[in-house]
Amino acid sequence: MIGPLDIALIGIVGTMFLALVRALRGPTLYDRILAVNLFGTKTVLIIAVLSYLDGRDWLDIALVYALINFLAVIAVLKLMQNRTLSQAEPRE
Amino acid sequence: MIALAFEVLAWVLLSVGAVFTLIGGIGVLRFPDVFTRMHAASVCETLGAFSILLGLCCLGGGGIMIFKLLLILLFLALTNPTSAHALAKAALHDGLRPPVGTRLGKDGE
Repeated sequence: MIGPLDIALIGIVGTMFLALVRALRGPTLYDRILAVNLFGTKTVLIIAVLSYLDGRDWLDIALVYALINFLAVIAVLKLMQNRTLSQAEPRE
Repeated sequence: MIALAFEVLAWVLLSVGAVFTLIGGIGVLRFPDVFTRMHAASVCETLGAFSILLGLCCLGGGGIMIFKLLLILLFLALTNPTSAHALAKAALHDGLRPPVGTRLGKDGE
């Protein structure tokens, strides 16, 4: 018996696979960062769906994962733009 | 009756979310350059994540779980456009330009 949670799970896992292919193939660095960001958001969704499938409350983990994903993307972009993490303004 | 309505709503929202996330993933894989891929990712992914989280809300599970789901939804709604904006700004600063008016092959060549 297929429920709605299974359909959502199939869609999320398929998208994670496609994002992984793009992260491995991406010609530029920004393609890879975009794909990793997509993968992280799908991880948040998959944790939420799995907590409903299992009946246990894992939504705190999903919330913290969303925070960490956002911070990681911003930190990597700042590192790429400034070549350092400790400067507020880009070097001239 | 109301329970049945909520279950049908959960079916519809979770299926729509799965379809939209898959469309976003296919767009990220197939589009020719960074900016079009960013468009596919952020547009489809925002709608897909919203539908899946709202569909989970319709499945119930107690007030605290619905509150946490709405918190995740609010947080994704705040951070997803922000990271897309930062990504586009960083790509533009790096010298990448959207190739307007040219026909592109695979992987932007």
